[in-house]
Amino acid sequence: MSGSALLRARGVTRWYGRESALVRAVDEVDLDVPAGQTLAIIGPSGCGKSTLLHLLGGLQRPTDGEIWLADHRIDAMSERALARLRRDHVGFVFQSFHLMDELTAVENVELAALLAGQPPRRARRRALLLLDRVGLADRAGHLPSALSGGQRQRVAIARALSNEPQVVLADEPTGNLDSAATLEVLRLFEELRLAGQTLVVVTHDARIAAVADRVISMRDGSFVDDSRLAGTAAGAGTVRGGWR
Amino acid sequence: MQDVVLAMLAKEPAYGYELRSRMRGALGPLGEAMNAGQIYVTLTRLAKAGLVTSERAEGLPDRPDRRVYTLTPAGQQRVAAWLAEVSWPKPDLSEFHLKLVAAAAARLADPVALVDAQRREVLRRLRDAQRAALERSVDPVVGLLLEGVVLRLRADLEWLEACERMWTDRDRAGRKAKA
Repeated sequence: MSGSALLRARGVTRWYGRESALVRAVDEVDLDVPAGQTLAIIGPSGCGKSTLLHLLGGLQRPTDGEIWLADHRIDAMSERALARLRRDHVGFVFQSFHLMDELTAVENVELAALLAGQPPRRARRRALLLLDRVGLADRAGHLPSALSGGQRQRVAIARALSNEPQVVLADEPTGNLDSAATLEVLRLFEELRLAGQTLVVVTHDARIAAVADRVISMRDGSFVDDSRLAGTAAGAGTVRGGWR
Repeated sequence: MQDVVLAMLAKEPAYGYELRSRMRGALGPLGEAMNAGQIYVTLTRLAKAGLVTSERAEGLPDRPDRRVYTLTPAGQQRVAAWLAEVSWPKPDLSEFHLKLVAAAAARLADPVALVDAQRREVLRRLRDAQRAALERSVDPVVGLLLEGVVLRLRADLEWLEACERMWTDRDRAGRKAKA
C-alpha cells in the first residue's frame, strides 16, 4: 500500500514522557518521499527532525501512525525483520560519523557487506570503489584517527552506500565539520542527487538547500513549510560526473 | 560604486571595459548583474569631480569605452581615505520587524505567514549562493565572497526563526486570552 513513494508516513507520532511532562517530538506527520528525491528537513534543535529520521529508518518505533519503507510496513514489524530490512535497504550517516576506531577506512566501508554475507573479495572491491568515488582512494589503509573530520564523514558516506541502499538517511551530516569540509560533503550529496540516490537529510544547516530537490521546515514536531527548490538555481551549474 | 571604481584604477590606468572585467572577475556570479553603463556613468562623474582624467586612445573613435582612465592625486587621496574607512553596511532588519508589528497591530496579515514567506525567499537566495560556491571551477577569492553571503543569510534565517517563535507564542497567548 505504499503507492509510488519509497518512503511513506501517515499520521506518524512519537511522544516522550507522559502526562504533564509529555513531549510530542513528532506530531502526526504525513510524508511521501518518491524514489530518487533528495529531501532536506531543516529546523532548530529539538524540533523533532532527528526523531522523525529515526522513525523513518526503523531505528525507533512510533507511538502512533504508519510507516512504509520500500513497500514494507515497518512500524509494526518484528525486530529481526526490521534489522534485516535496515541492513539491506537503508544507509545511515550520522553527525559523529560512528566509524570503528580500530578498523581502517576500507575495513569500515566493507564491514556492512561482510555482515550481509558477501564474499570478502567482492566486499573489498566494492569498498575500494566507493572510497575512490568519495575521493579517498589514497586513504583506504588509514585509521579514522589519521583522517580529518571531512574525510571521516566521507568514509561514513561510502559505508552508507556499501549495500546499495534504496535510501540514505543522514542526521546532521555537517554538524561537526568546518566550512571547507562541509563543502566536500555537500558536493558528494550533489553527486548522489544527480545519480538518482534517494536521500533524506535532517539538519539545522540551511546550506543543505543547495543540494536538495525539496526542503521541508519543521517546528515543534510538525512541518510548517514544504518547498521544491532544485533546477531553478540562477547562475549556478551542477557538479557533473556519474556515480554508479 | 565611485570608491570601488577609483580603487580598481589604483594599480594602473585602464579602459572602462578593463575595469568592468576586473570587477566581474572578483565578484564571480554576483558580478553578473553589473552593467557597463553603470561604470561609464561613474567614470564620467569621477572625471567631473577631478578624481580621474581620461585620454582618448589613438586612432579610435572618441567614446567613453575607448578612453584610458587614470587616477589624479585627489583620486589617490580618496582611495587612501576609503581604505582607511571602517563602515559596515547592515541589512535592513528594522523594516521587516516593523512590517510584522504593523501587520499584527492592524490585523493586516498573519505575522507568522509573513515570516514563512520571507524565510522561503532567504532560503532561495542561500541555496543559489551555496550552489555557486559548490562549483569546483569557482575562484577561491570569489568563493570567499560567496561564503560571506551564505554566512549572512544563515544569520538572517536564524533571526527569522526567532521571529516565528515570538509571533507564534503571541498568537497562542492571544487566543488563550480570548477563550
